[in-house]
Amino acid sequence: MYEIRRFEDRVNELFARGAIHGTTHLCAGQEALDVSLALELRPTDTVSATYRGHGIALALGMTVHSVLAEIMGKAAGCTGGVGGSMHLSDPDVGLLPTFAIVGAGLPVAAGAALAFQTRGEDRVAVCVFGDGAANIGAFHEALNLAAVWKLPVVFVCDNNVYAEYSRIDVTTPLSDLYRRAGSYDIPGVPVDGMDVAATRAVLAEAVARARAGAGPTLVEAKTYRFAGHSRADQATYRPAGELERWRERDPLTLARVELLATGAATADDLTALEKAVREDLDAVTDTVAALPDPEPATMFHNVRGATA
Amino acid sequence: MARMRVRQAIAAALADAMREDGSVMLFGEDVAAAEGPFKTSEGLLAEFGPLRVRDTPISEMGFVGAAVGAATMGMRPVAEIMFMEFLGVALDQLVTEAATFRYLSNGRVTVPLVVRASTGSGLGFGTQHSQTLENWLTATPGLKVAVPSDAQTAYGLLRAAIRDPDPVAILEPRVLYAERGDCVTGDEGIVPLGTARVVRRGDAVTVVALGQTVRTALGAAERLGTGVEVVDLSTLVPWDRATVLASVARTGRLVVVEEAPASGGWGSEIVAAVTSAAFRALQAPPFRITAPDVPVPYNKGLEARFSPSADEIEYQLRAYLETGEVPDPWWRREGVAA
Ligand SMILES: Cc1ncc(C[n+]2csc(CCOP(=O)(O)OP(=O)(O)O)c2C)c(N)n1
Ligand SMILES: [Mg+2]
Repeated sequence: MYEIRRFEDRVNELFARGAIHGTTHLCAGQEALDVSLALELRPTDTVSATYRGHGIALALGMTVHSVLAEIMGKAAGCTGGVGGSMHLSDPDVGLLPTFAIVGAGLPVAAGAALAFQTRGEDRVAVCVFGDGAANIGAFHEALNLAAVWKLPVVFVCDNNVYAEYSRIDVTTPLSDLYRRAGSYDIPGVPVDGMDVAATRAVLAEAVARARAGAGPTLVEAKTYRFAGHSRADQATYRPAGELERWRERDPLTLARVELLATGAATADDLTALEKAVREDLDAVTDTVAALPDPEPATMFHNVRGATA
Repeated sequence: MARMRVRQAIAAALADAMREDGSVMLFGEDVAAAEGPFKTSEGLLAEFGPLRVRDTPISEMGFVGAAVGAATMGMRPVAEIMFMEFLGVALDQLVTEAATFRYLSNGRVTVPLVVRASTGSGLGFGTQHSQTLENWLTATPGLKVAVPSDAQTAYGLLRAAIRDPDPVAILEPRVLYAERGDCVTGDEGIVPLGTARVVRRGDAVTVVALGQTVRTALGAAERLGTGVEVVDLSTLVPWDRATVLASVARTGRLVVVEEAPASGGWGSEIVAAVTSAAFRALQAPPFRITAPDVPVPYNKGLEARFSPSADEIEYQLRAYLETGEVPDPWWRREGVAA
């Protein structure tokens, strides 16, 4: 989680300096969910996620080098620099190309689960999406389809309160999105998405249920987007005090308290770990910044495969 | 006449239309309180209130469909699609419903709807937020499609579209939103749908451009000096055959510049129509300068090469004028792709 947070800070700096072009969507405040998911899944499972995907990519095991290089448009990036921040992918860690169309990942995750079910494989598909995505047709169609076919899929709504510049209450008649599971007669489970232990427990159960052939679950992780929606957004539309209140429940702070309280780590351990993360990030940033851009020919690669 | 940015010209057109006609309203994601993701609705919520200027959920099918329904009941809604790719999830409502109601009702149910969508590459938004997708719409009878190229056409085409009795899609090149230009507002500023403009006179070649390729083509034309006539097509459906044919009759040569990949592009339509109608007036084969048949790449340098640059257009036009033959695109010249 610490690595993801520092990574997002670094992306923000590089963007401000003009070393990254286009746009970026940072996940600060939402790291606990990414990490919990990665911990509850097996390498053979598959994940569909969104443009706000740096955290899930790193949590699943993509390297800082591969992700940063992609965001900086380098040839060494995970898609050779043609994808960028919104389109990270690595089948080796189970990450489908992240989706930049809101809601598009839900039916695709259902379809991945359909493949697993049809072949009788012990694999699960997970889709992470935002609160705003719960208002698009694909959400409803995918949940219904997955429910009626009992697909081994877990739908994870990362409810960070905002969809772009709109607070959830402006666009959505209910803010407890897990309740929408009722329409599809599947379990809907809310969880404190700032708390790793709680989030892991809920995800573990949903994943186990899917693996057991009992069908999909809608998990709603209550999180908060610490940064603006994208690049230059200063999020001036937030009510006064809201960000500060959520920051008191910063997942990094909560995790630190938990690790120290349970004796899983000492303060010195954590300090050393954090130092190592920062040093590694600095080194990788320098390395990646010096890497070459892709050749023009790259844009012609992988448009289509050989004709059957 | 005032100097304004393209996004301000759009906001001005919306405001003038809403003042003129109480049935005009605006829907879209973050168009009201935030005044538009690209600030194309500045001041509208304050002036016209939340009944007429509405923030929507992320439900493109829902709100485009609602705009269609409201239009059938006599409203004149303008629905904003932030990036044209998002129209993909709402396409049915526009191309299968809105576009056919007049036909399927003996002309009694009409859909005076405007769908505005931002399009195009050049800002590093990556493959799924950078495409120029006119060809999703141009083959739909019943739908009109227009593309502004500067502040004046952004204002004028939108005003015309809102007054139009049929569904009109206005595809706004995103890179132009911040560009400044002179803009006449009010009735004199209206640019009728279906009219192309000759934006530069020349007698050696007619270059038909659209949206953001107009300024790129003009840049190339300046470097080549006299001879290059540039036509801003402005409206794709119905396109202005008379202006294009008259220009080709003068120049004897035709080049179409498109921002999108070659296959299925609107330029094929222009080239085919001109070739059929003016074959004997042509002194050289007409051709198209387009992007290659690939998705829009993210890397800045690659993205810059993807859509026709002024350098590329200049090279192609020079070679074409010198040899009378159709030059190869850069990727063939450089042996990068077939
Ligand atoms: C179909 C579609 N409509 C609109 C957008 C533009 N858009 C990108 S992100 C976003 C907000 C999404 O909010 P949410 O689902 O809550 O996810 P978050 O950004 O908070 O992670 C919007 C409207 C899009 N990418 N796709
Ligand atoms: Mg959200």
